[in-house]
Amino acid sequence: MEFLKKYPKTFQWLFLLIVFFALCFAIDVPETYKFIRGQAEFVKDPNQSSYVFLGKEVRYYAFDVFWRLPPLLGWLPIWINDSLFFLMNEWMPIEVWNEDTQEFKSRPIVLQISRNLTAFMTFLIELIREILLGGLETIVAFTSWDWIDKNPWAELPGLPWTIVAAGAALLSYKLSGKGLALFAGLTMVYISVFGQWKPSMQTLSFILVAAPLSFIFGLGLGIAAFKSKRVEKALYPILLVMQTMPQYAVLVPALVLFGVGDHAAVIITMVVAIPPMILLTLLGLRAVPPEVIEAGRMSGCNNFQLMFKVLIPTARRDILIGVNQVIMVCFSMAVISAFIGAKGLGFNLLLALNQLNIGLALEAGLCISLIAILLDKMSLAWANKQTDYFGNLTFYQRNKNLLFFGVIFVVGIILAYIGTFLFKDTFNYLFEIPHNKGISTADFWNKGVDWIFETFFVYIKAFNTWLIQDVLQPMRALYLRMPAIATIVLVVGAGYLIGGLRSALVVCALTLFIAFSPWWDRALVTAYMATFGVVVSCIIGFTVGTLCFQNKHSANFMLGVCDIFQTFPSFVYLIPVMMLFGITDTSVLIAVIVYATIPATRYTIEGLRSVPSGLHDAATMSGVNKFQRLTKIEFPLAFPHMMLGINQTIVFALFMVIIGAFIGTEDLGQYILKALSDKKGAGIGLTLGICVAFIALIFDNLIRAYVQKRKKHLGID
Amino acid sequence: MSEPVIKCENVYKIFGANAQKMLQDSNGNVDAKVFQENGCIVGVNNASFEVAKGEMLVVMGLSGSGKSTLLRCISRLTDATGGKIFIEGQDLLQLNNKDLIDLRRNKMGMVFQSFALLPHKTVVENIAFPLQIKGIKTEDSINKAMDMVKLVGLEGRENYFPRELSGGQQQRVGIARSLAVEPDIWFLDEPFSALDPLIRKEMQDEFLRLQDKLQKTIMFITHDFDEALKLADRIAIMKDGIIEQLDTPANIVLNPATEYVRKFTEEVPREKVLLIKDVMDTSKDNLGDLKVSKNEIIENVAEKILTQEKIVAVVDNNNEIIGSINPTKIINTVFGGRKNNN
Repeated sequence: MEFLKKYPKTFQWLFLLIVFFALCFAIDVPETYKFIRGQAEFVKDPNQSSYVFLGKEVRYYAFDVFWRLPPLLGWLPIWINDSLFFLMNEWMPIEVWNEDTQEFKSRPIVLQISRNLTAFMTFLIELIREILLGGLETIVAFTSWDWIDKNPWAELPGLPWTIVAAGAALLSYKLSGKGLALFAGLTMVYISVFGQWKPSMQTLSFILVAAPLSFIFGLGLGIAAFKSKRVEKALYPILLVMQTMPQYAVLVPALVLFGVGDHAAVIITMVVAIPPMILLTLLGLRAVPPEVIEAGRMSGCNNFQLMFKVLIPTARRDILIGVNQVIMVCFSMAVISAFIGAKGLGFNLLLALNQLNIGLALEAGLCISLIAILLDKMSLAWANKQTDYFGNLTFYQRNKNLLFFGVIFVVGIILAYIGTFLFKDTFNYLFEIPHNKGISTADFWNKGVDWIFETFFVYIKAFNTWLIQDVLQPMRALYLRMPAIATIVLVVGAGYLIGGLRSALVVCALTLFIAFSPWWDRALVTAYMATFGVVVSCIIGFTVGTLCFQNKHSANFMLGVCDIFQTFPSFVYLIPVMMLFGITDTSVLIAVIVYATIPATRYTIEGLRSVPSGLHDAATMSGVNKFQRLTKIEFPLAFPHMMLGINQTIVFALFMVIIGAFIGTEDLGQYILKALSDKKGAGIGLTLGICVAFIALIFDNLIRAYVQKRKKHLGID
Repeated sequence: MSEPVIKCENVYKIFGANAQKMLQDSNGNVDAKVFQENGCIVGVNNASFEVAKGEMLVVMGLSGSGKSTLLRCISRLTDATGGKIFIEGQDLLQLNNKDLIDLRRNKMGMVFQSFALLPHKTVVENIAFPLQIKGIKTEDSINKAMDMVKLVGLEGRENYFPRELSGGQQQRVGIARSLAVEPDIWFLDEPFSALDPLIRKEMQDEFLRLQDKLQKTIMFITHDFDEALKLADRIAIMKDGIIEQLDTPANIVLNPATEYVRKFTEEVPREKVLLIKDVMDTSKDNLGDLKVSKNEIIENVAEKILTQEKIVAVVDNNNEIIGSINPTKIINTVFGGRKNNN
């Protein structure tokens, strides 16, 4: 009894585990249980049970409620589908003037809004695309096809790649200096020489529309949330779900609402990129010291000036992280939205992956990553720029960059003109190197992959077999063996022990949603893959982070590496693992581990760094050695921050698990991918996305509750 | 006497959900304890005072005494819950937003304890900021800011960022910024509290030099009694939102109004604070040959007076005798009335 009184928490946890295992053993696997379940509504089987809710019939295979809960939410996807259909086709018809037929036509308002929105987005994308690549649709938009036929000279030829490359370098030089200029120049030359110019510029035009729009809307909504508690309260739950929802899942409803193509991709990218921007804007504005605001007020700022001259610049650090996130998400989406018909590098990447042409995929992936890093660095440099008031500049000095660009422009055009003579019979390489007509290293990489496969096949295969047979499959079986009721008891109990009643209720609601959806088994498989990824990632991340922390330079180096890795679009991670492990669960899991190790490492280093130096000195004076200092002082204090890292690791891991469906896993992601090619997929896709988001939010809730408590206990904030 | 620049009448600041209503119900009789039980916190409790043109009023109090809140009421960074505040005869609480902004742009300057510089702007940009907010052309505002840079002695550092400066230098920027629009009223909220003692003394001297030159109307907040004595024309001592005593430094030292004020004055070296005129008698009998000016600090003339056997004459600026001082009086003033002597 003494022991019980001394460690009540330990006893409670023990009790919870005992109940959990007792339930697991008490409830047998029903004989009819098969793993493949869900989507039962498509099959008609006399053994099925069914119910009708809101006029939707849901069919399912009934089990003992202790084993699996019935899919009481099975009507939700169907209902979402019907609602969307109703919105798009029947709700609130308005009269619209039709130019071609010269008469009014009745059209539902949502459809009309969607048409106008997509037309606007298409115009923006085409505008940038035609400046970079040439074309005539922008001109046509202002005139007409007839006019273009009569005046063929007006067709835009597009900029020669030499001008764009030199222009990018010049801009980088102006923003930051020689280093970035060199990087920009080399990136552009690389893209061009390797024949990726056209898809790269298509992707770039997509990003140049999506990123600024996301930034503006995110900043605006962030400001609105900062100014009004009510807006914040309304936005917060949406933000939470959006942050944890896999990007795949948003694609499907977008398909229904906006159709196929770049415009839909831009809109959906905005939907995904805006939430982090809002959150970081809010975070930054909150952190502005009250005295700075007062100083602004006393300087006579009106509300507008206070916001744009004092608050936002002071919160710049967080807002810049937001910009970085926006760019990251945009590139990530640039690849993923190839599924709904966006052109560019992403499309090539997916195509190459589909054909298992690792070399081509690698080249496209490298291009995306390089452009991502370049844009990220340029936006950072732009925000840090400084004006010089005291130089007495001449006209030439003040406008030298503009003049220089003019010179570049002329030289580029002359070069392109010379090119028409030089390359009379082939392509004009000084104007644009066509796709796949540049130098390609694809063969080299493909041969490399083949070589690796031939040389190490035995070892890779052995490893693969071992991992799948001895680790993954037993683990999966264990997860699936859990009766639904036992899982719920475990999760809710943990919620209660960590965060009290409130936390328990939230967690319970989230879990029940998944349990009542038709995809509980799939969710368990998703959870098992994510768990495996998170555990390995955390072990690696904590170890690497701790080791790097021992030395200031290596810590900085590691943080830099994390920055760069984080800029890669998530799909790129699949390329190298597919090179090595082919199309297996192992590939997905390794991609998950690599991707999810980034936040684990970063938060470990940051957490250890946040330990006050006074404590270091105090510890040193108490005579601890390095190891003791680490275990007794640094880890306990850094632990809350590291837990937040685990939180991020979980989100990252889930994202990658879902994306891994592309390679072919049997989790929720597989169904999301299926929903993409399904006419009635919107409801399913959205519900599946919410399920994944809820898995992440369950852990998010538990971890945050724990961290808050722990931080309070330690007196750090 | 001309109209006071700042005038407060029964100013209250009470934080809490139903502060307004509770204040009305209390009829001006605010008891902090009762209010706290009802979820309200009293920041400023019935403050009434005036500040004349060119005068420096130092508000002294420990943390939580409501001194910063009082200042924020007068600059209307926060709205007072009750009472009236007049700035040069204008009713501050009645001003609309536009007039308030105008007032701040032209009449008020404020210095903050934590400097509150804009981290993304250089020294000269920070100083030019209030000017640019007013809509003055960039070039003119930068020129004016450069004058300010010189005034506070930061030449050569104008292109530094705040993070590259020491605390004292940052506060010089803060001072220069608050002076850039040439305000009549100058608010300083514990401007030197975050600085090292040596730097603090240097900045106080610098501040006195500036004030000598500029003659602003000043409200200066501090928690340091010595600083208050050194700088103030008059001192207001606050405790729990109430102004315990508002008087000249000499009167506060000589006649503390409450037990709380007396505790502060106990350790003060009076010979360094008091002037002859503060302690002299008005009788002009039995005078000796020595004459001292009424405006001398006691410390400077104590030795001369104490070596006299006769009563010393006190003269004004025109060398006319206006009173006398007895050497024993000096001894009483400096050493009398202290704890251990009683």
